[in-house]
Order: sequence, then structure tokens, then C-alpha cells
Amino acid sequence: MWFSETVANSTQFFSLVPWVVFFPLIGLLVNLIFGGRMSEKAIGITACGAAGLSLLISVLQAVSLLGHPGGMVVYLADWIVVGDLAIQWAFQVDTLSVTMMLVVAGVGTLIHIYAVGYMHEDVRHNGDPTRYQRFFVFFNLFIVAMMILVSADNYLMLFVGWEGVGLCSYLLIGFWYDKGKDGIGNALAGKKAFITNRIGDFGFLIAAFMIYVAFRTFNFHQIFEQIQQAGSSFTPAIFAITLFMLLGVAGKSAQIPLYVWLPDAMAGPTPVSALIHAATMVTAGVYLIARSHPLYVQVPEAQNIVALVGGATALFAATIAVGQFDIKKVLAYSTISQLGFMTAAVGMGAFTAGMFHLVTHSFFKALLFLSAGSVIQGIEAGLHHIEHDPRLKKKMVKPHDFDPQDMRNMGGLRKRMPITFWVYLIGALALAGIAPLAGFWSKDEILAEAKLISPTVYGLLTIAAFFTAFYMGRQILMVFFGESRAEPTAHARENPPVITIPLMILAGLSLLGGFINLPVIHTFTHWLEHTLTIEEAMINFRLGEAAEASGQFNPMVAGISTGLALFAILLAWWIYMQRYPAMLKLPPKQRSDDPLKTFIGPLFSALENKWWVDELYQTLVITPYNLLARYLAQVIDGRFWHDWVHDVLIVGGFRFFTRLLSIQFDLGVIDSTANSLADLAKSLAQQMRQLQTGYVRSYALWVFLGVVVILGYLIFW
Amino acid sequence: MIPVSYYIGLSAILFTIGALGVLIRRNAIIIFMSVELMLNAANLAFVAFARAFGMMEGQIFVFFVMAVAAAEVAVGLALIVTIFHTKQSIDVDQMHSLKG
Repeated sequence: MWFSETVANSTQFFSLVPWVVFFPLIGLLVNLIFGGRMSEKAIGITACGAAGLSLLISVLQAVSLLGHPGGMVVYLADWIVVGDLAIQWAFQVDTLSVTMMLVVAGVGTLIHIYAVGYMHEDVRHNGDPTRYQRFFVFFNLFIVAMMILVSADNYLMLFVGWEGVGLCSYLLIGFWYDKGKDGIGNALAGKKAFITNRIGDFGFLIAAFMIYVAFRTFNFHQIFEQIQQAGSSFTPAIFAITLFMLLGVAGKSAQIPLYVWLPDAMAGPTPVSALIHAATMVTAGVYLIARSHPLYVQVPEAQNIVALVGGATALFAATIAVGQFDIKKVLAYSTISQLGFMTAAVGMGAFTAGMFHLVTHSFFKALLFLSAGSVIQGIEAGLHHIEHDPRLKKKMVKPHDFDPQDMRNMGGLRKRMPITFWVYLIGALALAGIAPLAGFWSKDEILAEAKLISPTVYGLLTIAAFFTAFYMGRQILMVFFGESRAEPTAHARENPPVITIPLMILAGLSLLGGFINLPVIHTFTHWLEHTLTIEEAMINFRLGEAAEASGQFNPMVAGISTGLALFAILLAWWIYMQRYPAMLKLPPKQRSDDPLKTFIGPLFSALENKWWVDELYQTLVITPYNLLARYLAQVIDGRFWHDWVHDVLIVGGFRFFTRLLSIQFDLGVIDSTANSLADLAKSLAQQMRQLQTGYVRSYALWVFLGVVVILGYLIFW
Repeated sequence: MIPVSYYIGLSAILFTIGALGVLIRRNAIIIFMSVELMLNAANLAFVAFARAFGMMEGQIFVFFVMAVAAAEVAVGLALIVTIFHTKQSIDVDQMHSLKG
């Protein structure tokens, strides 16, 4: 009773929405200004509190939306007012943006809490405790930027957040900028992410400019209204806009061909990978397409391209994940693959399915990354233990070269780290799509839609789902089962509650997250329908008579994908439980890294080397680009522009002209005129001075003569 | 009654003598006296016309001229004394340092 009344009168919560941005902003300012004098605990509490208050505000927005599902635009300030262009800083509160806010703030808060424990250890293992403060400043800044992104009511404000999260991503990938390969690897990874994102941002900017040219506004509502009224007259413009926007999406959400930065982004601390490069920032592209759905539904051709890009990315990245040994790299390619699922979904027009997968994926992928961080930290603790025990240290060869992220060094962690094992298992099964975990419901919704709309995409996604289950099975078995394959792993220890409790909460969400959009009930679909109004009509239009089945649970699709997933896990079990121990018994010279290699041979090298895409880009794009840049710099700019145009043409011409002016004109004309005038005055004066005799009488005579002349004039004239 | 033209003639003769004196003589005292002669020639003309026309303005002017002449004498004699102190002479041709 009380609750329903509150809901009915709850629009006042909408006006609180700017605080989703300002709470993290305050947190970051406090940590930035006073952090140097605060204890680690105080810094952590400030950052977590800021994120938590942001979550509280997001929840209040959701409560308000229950009573007023239409949402509201909350005006805060004018940003740019030039001529007839007026861009406001206003907050778009509707079911779509509040869903994103809840994910960002909810998962963000949990990861903040985890990071308090994780970074405490990390700054010690990596040897610079002063960076603890900076980490949380960047982390809160990320929440600020992400909230600006999801709450924007126009494309330009969205771009502010879009660039802000890109900046935070760059700063946090390079957080240990003096580590990595050759002491510069992490900094290079940050640079790669930033530059790749710039290419995507270029597409976004072009799209934004074209939007302004076509619609004379950046505001979502005004654009969408114009489209509804004008019908198809905008179609060519929208086609170009959507494709350029897809480039932006490919950059931010790591789709083909711009996905290459995301695996390298794993150089950042694990909470960063979980929050930015798995749960929130990388989903911004999916959100952008969902937000721009009235544009996309106008151009089915562009939608098909988006869906194919998503499907291809999903499959391509899933295959690469099979061949990786770095525990975080596997998850990174898995993220790319899952983002491909989402992109394919929103590309096909199944916006709710895409958003649903976005939400569940943020739960289980954040869980997997954080658990992987827990594994890494457990092993680092084991390594630490060995280094301080002389007896153990002797047994281990080269402890400094030990890579705590390499799955070949793991194994048997199930007994050493039981909590981490169980939550990891939940996350992996959710990702593999095993009922009734979160990933099952969302992935099957996408697959069911794909089967109705596009058989090609359905095929791609189904095979990707098979690989997903296989590489997750492989990872679980390599990390947690069998015998430990390295000394530090054998001495690993479970992490403290500040790390395991967020894991358990996320595990709960991964278990139950799928129930927000169960078949038949469709809570989440109805929640989003208030914002994604066009979807229904559009799918009906594209499907004709098959529309009945849209959004419905398809037992055959679910059966096929679950069957494939179980088969993949079984296959992984056979390879990594039966073949792996046998392979390890061989002498080191004869055995390969991975039992799978004995089956597929060179193909595995292709997977391990990521299909040589980085090398391909290096050859096709980066090397020619560098050559072109060097040519432009040395020949065009240096020799032609600087040496010839500038030095010879401009400077030489200028010198010639100044010489002409100074000698011919200044000396010849100006000076001679002035000199001859002076000479004239001089000679005149020479003659006039004769009059000045100095004798009073002669002056008097002149005066008399003057008087006589004047008198004569007066009298006789 | 003596006609006014006689006075004017006398005045002109006196003025001419004065002017010539100023132009020709080199003794500062003499030049000074010649100046006084010219002033008084003018005074004579003023008074003559004033009487002829029966008006007082000319006579008043004469008084002004006399006052100015008295002031001039005071300044002039002081100058001559100073010149004599520096040059030990009152020959005005000695004073020609303004020659161009």
C-alpha cells in the first residue's frame, strides 16, 4: 500500500538524476585533492560510497519509472547555444537509459568494492603503493563519463561521455605504464586502444555531423520525430549515418575490424578489465544502436550489415579464444564474441534481446574477470610465499619469469581456492548458456530471433555458442582441475572476503539474472517497450506472418544450443581431463603446449596467433601507414614544403622583394625626396640669413618700410 | 586761429626728424631722444585733431601716451645703463651678436 502510493507519487525522483553523475564526481574530486593525505581505507570508502550513491539514485529512477514508464528529460544547463543550435545538458530518463544506469552503477559498485581488496595487493606486488589513490580517481571518473554517456539526450552529449570513457580506458590500460614487454608493453597497449578507438570515433563524428546536416538538431526526440513525420525522404542520409555510426560501434564495442585493441587492453588491472572492458564501456556501442533504433529500422540494408558484422565477430573471436593461454585473454576474446552476439541482436532489430544479453553478460563477464583476478592474485600470493621460503625457492627455476596469468601454469586450484572455483563455474556455465543460468535465457532469445530473421546470422551465432562452451570448459578444466603444473599454483591461497563477497553477489546475479526476462512473462521486454516503441512494428513488418513467433521461446533453438554447449563441454572434458594428464607425462621436448594441438595441429597455431590479424594489420595498414607518414614527413613536408616552398619560394621571394623595396624604393624614392626637401630648406635659409644683420638700425628700417607699405596699402588701395 | 594743417605739418616734420634720428644715429641716448620726438609728434597730432573736432578722446590718448613714454624711459634708461656696464659704450652697433 505504502509502496504503490510512493510509486504513484514518485516523479520527484526524476529530478535527482543529475546526481548519478555528481556523486562519482564528488568522490573523484575528494580522492584527487585529499587522497594524498587519506589512508587507503578512506580512499576506498570514498570511491565505493560515490559509486554506491550513484546506484541508489539509479534505483530511485527505476522506482519512479514504475509509476511513469514514459520517463522524463531533466534539464540541467545549456551547453552550447550558437544561432539556432542549442545543445543542452539534459538527462534522458527512460527505461533504456535507466537499465544502463543500473548496470553501470550496480556492477560498478561491486567492482569498486572488489578493487579495494584487489588493488591493495596489486600495488604491493607491483611495487608502487602511491598508485592506489590514482586508481580510484580514474575509476570514479569512468563512472562519471559512463553516466554522461547513458544519460545523454542528444548525440553530442553522448559523445562527451563516449570520449570520456575512452580516456579512462586509456588511462587504466596503461595504469602500470612502466610494466609489460620491454617496460613499455602496457603503454603501447593503451596507445593501441586509444588510436583504434579514434578510428571508431571518427565514424561516430561523421555520423553526428551528418545527423546535424540532415535534421538540424542533435536531440534524440527531435530527430526521431522528424523521421516519423517525414517517412522515407531521409533514407539515403540515414543509410550513411547508420554505417558511419557502425564504425564508431565497431571501435567502442570491439567488433570486426576494430576489435584488436580489446585483447591488449587486458594489460590493465583486472578490475579495469571487468568494469570497463567487459561489463560497461564496451557495451556502449550496443547501447548506441539501441538508442538510435528509429534510425536503424529505416534502413534494413544497414541492419543486415550490422547483424553480419556482429555474427562474424562472435564466431571469429570465439575461435581465437580457444587457442589462448592467458586466462584474461581468453575472457577478452570471449567478451568480443559476446559483444558480437549483442551487436548481431540489435542489428537484426531485436533490441530487447540485445539489451537483455548486455545486462546478463555484464553480470557473468564481470564475475569471470573478477574471479580470474582472484585466481591471479591467489597464485601471486603463492609466488610471494615461495620467494620468502629459501627451501622452496631453490626448487623453482627463475621465479621472476613466472607468468601468473598463464593457464599452463595453473591446474588443481579447485581445492586451494574453493570459493573462486564455485563462482567461476557459475560464471562459465552462464556464459556457455546452460539452463537456467543468466546466459541461457539471453543467448537463446537472440538465437530465436536470429532464426526468424536471418539464417546466416543464426548459423554464425550457433557455431559461436558451441565454441563459447568449449573454451570455457577448457579454461575451467585447465585452471581448476587436474594437478597443479607450477610450484606457485600449488601454494596459492584463497582471497579475503572483500574480494570474494562481490564475487558471490555477482554469482547470484549470474544465476538469477536471466529471470528478468523469462519466456511468456517478458518482464524486461515490457519494461523496455516504453522506450523501444518501434521494435514491435518493425519486426512485424520484416517477418510478415512469422511475426507471431517473435519474442517467443523456441524449444528447438534452445535445445540445439544447449545440446551443442553440453557436447562442447563434454569434448573439452575428454581433451583436457583425459588427454592432458597423459600428454604431460611425456618428456618436455616431445609434448606440445595444449592437447588440442595434437588433434588439429597447425590450425591451433593459427588460433593461438589470433589468425595473425595483428600481423596482417601490421603489414597491410600500420607499415604502409608509417611509410606514408615518413614519406610525407621527409619528402613532402621536409624537402618539398619546408626546403623548397618555404625556404626557397617564400623566404627567397620575400628577401628579393624586401631588397627591391629597401634599395630601389626606400633609398631611391623616399630618401631622395626627403633629402632634396631638406636641401631646399637649407639653401633658402642660407639666403634668408643675410637679412639678419644684427644691427638694430636695420631692423628699425625694415619696420619703417613695413609701416610705409601697410599705410600705403590702407591709403591708396 | 592757426589752421590745423600747420600743426599736422609740424607734427610730420618732428616725426620725420625722430625717425631719421632712430635710423641714422648710433648713440643710444640720441636714439632714445628721437623715439621721444616721434611720440611727441604723435601727441601733437592727437591734440591738434582733438581741438579741431572739439572732442576729448585725443587728449585722453595723449595722457596714455605720456604714461607709456614715462614707463618706456624708465625701462629704456635701465637697459642703457646695463649695456654701458657690460660694453663700456652706448654705441648700438656694438650690439650685433644676433647677426645671422
